[in-house]
Amino acid sequence: MSQTDQKQPTPTSVEGPAGPPAQRRPDPAAALRPRSLTQNSIPWWVGLVVLAAAAVLGAALSALISFSIALWLIFTAVSYVIISYVVTRTRVNRRKATDGFWKNLVYLAFIVALLPLVSVIWSVVSVGVPGLLEPGFLASDMRGIDGSIDQQSQEEGTAVLGGIRHAMIGSLLITLTATLISVPIGLMTSIYLVEYSRGGTLARAITFFVDVMTGIPSIVAGLFGAAAMGWFLSTANSLGLPLPSRSTMGITAAVALSVLMIPVVVRTTEEMLRVVPNELREASYALGVRKWRTILKVVIPTAISGIAAGVTLAIARVIGETAPILVTAGFVVYTNWNMFQGWMTALPVYIYRQFQNPTSPNFSDPSHQRAWAAALVLILIVMGLNLIARIIAALFAPKKTGR
Amino acid sequence: MSKSITAKDLNVYYGDFLAVEGVNIEIAARSVTAFIGPSGCGKTTFLRSLNRMHEVLPGARVEGELLLDDDNIYAPGVDPVTVRTMVGMVFQRPNPFPTMSIRENVLAGYKLNGARLSRSRADEIVEEALRGANLWNEVKDRLDNPGSGLSGGQQQRLCIARTVAVKPDVILMDEPCSALDPISTLAIEDLIGELKQDYTIVIVTHNMQQAARVSEKTAFFNIAGTGKPGKMIEYDDTHVIFNNPSNEQTERYVSGKFG
Repeated sequence: MSQTDQKQPTPTSVEGPAGPPAQRRPDPAAALRPRSLTQNSIPWWVGLVVLAAAAVLGAALSALISFSIALWLIFTAVSYVIISYVVTRTRVNRRKATDGFWKNLVYLAFIVALLPLVSVIWSVVSVGVPGLLEPGFLASDMRGIDGSIDQQSQEEGTAVLGGIRHAMIGSLLITLTATLISVPIGLMTSIYLVEYSRGGTLARAITFFVDVMTGIPSIVAGLFGAAAMGWFLSTANSLGLPLPSRSTMGITAAVALSVLMIPVVVRTTEEMLRVVPNELREASYALGVRKWRTILKVVIPTAISGIAAGVTLAIARVIGETAPILVTAGFVVYTNWNMFQGWMTALPVYIYRQFQNPTSPNFSDPSHQRAWAAALVLILIVMGLNLIARIIAALFAPKKTGR
Repeated sequence: MSKSITAKDLNVYYGDFLAVEGVNIEIAARSVTAFIGPSGCGKTTFLRSLNRMHEVLPGARVEGELLLDDDNIYAPGVDPVTVRTMVGMVFQRPNPFPTMSIRENVLAGYKLNGARLSRSRADEIVEEALRGANLWNEVKDRLDNPGSGLSGGQQQRLCIARTVAVKPDVILMDEPCSALDPISTLAIEDLIGELKQDYTIVIVTHNMQQAARVSEKTAFFNIAGTGKPGKMIEYDDTHVIFNNPSNEQTERYVSGKFG
């Protein structure tokens, strides 16, 4: 058996006697190929060990300066990133270490980005809940609440009276009206940009000015709203039309807010209309459907989920505006349902006023409690709007399944 | 209701670029005509000029005469939308409307144009069109499910049903089987054979066997080079084009010597 094997010509002998034996030659693939399948891995518990070590090290390092939770967490995070890099580098290889290093940095960046949000929600909830739980907070306005009542509740511990009914109604009315103004304008603008303009000068000008409008400071929008309505009313009055002479009212605030809303609506709906496949438009044209009907019945229904989500996000953006409402609608303590007559309060303005000018200057605790509770309500409203946007997007999304 | 198509010296442009030059062709009513040729030679462009879909693109225009029976669809004053109700089109990739159910997709030609149909009339149209597209038995129990939930071949037949539901005179098909498997392709080819009893059918295909199987007449398009206009080289009975073409380019193309 072995004799026959020896007589067989091996590849090396065929290659030539002068060459070195094949086994000695280093195989270039060996550098990449691990010798066993589990070679390049470390056990799952190593991560925990590294974390514990980093926590201890972080505690020690922060104790050197002066121990605090924040400092400890920062040192722990930094030393975790460094230690896990070194461990992976020495135990596995450089590629995996670099991979893990960047992964840790990405997670860290995510946590840092999340911190302010969590912190804001936590502080607003923890401080705002007592005020929100005050009976009648959502159902009453500030009429008849004066300094003596606040002083009494701060000194004697009686219930904090007064609420945000007028501010919620004002916010909702103003935002709703602003939405009614800006959605048709914004939607039609984006329809023009996507469906009718063929990249002409007008379309480029519109896109440019929409971008400029996105950057308008909100106070400028408020001043514009007040000035425009003032001019409009004085012109109308000089013509003898029976219109109010004072421009401070809900509709002025809605106009100012729509200046801020329109560019957002244009931008989001434009994107949504652009992603509607051209094939659907052509399919509709090929059935002999006119362009406006194609837009109305094919393009918009296909994009409606994105449009609805974009509009809701635009609403969420303007409902928190303070300055433009303060200069256009003013501030009152009672409920005003009339958009076209008299001053109106919105939630952000209410919060601002309760902080800046407490109802009782010397006993500001009740005012601050009301402000925090109102801030909590505002956050809840914005969160609710975002949730609604997601639900709408899911409900109206084109159905993919159903096979 | 089926109509013939006659093109006289038809030039098709994209802006200033002449894409298809000087096409003269006569397509008989109730027949299947195939357009073959290498990619970029203007088959699809010419097909799209047959129902004025070409001019949907910015800057696209057409010169020459295109007669549907005796009416020039490029005559001044002709509404392209009216032309498209007479000349239906099936596209390369199945494109049912994603927001609509199967039933609504079939009725799309009516619904999108705002026509009011009684429930029973709509049911009749749906059943007739789906039977006409050989799809009725597969979907009759789930007409209210989304059209995009069907398989690719079923979606394409749904698109054909959508087209025949509005009773056009001519059906244009732009590589209707190129995204489909052989079984679905067979179903569509059988369907084309049935549809030609009632409709004039023009089909663009890259598959020469398909052209040989389904069509009675075949037009071969070719392009002299990049940037040059596409031209119709030869138009004859399908068996002549494939067995005994008179033009050398056609002979080289159908025998697989180039392209």
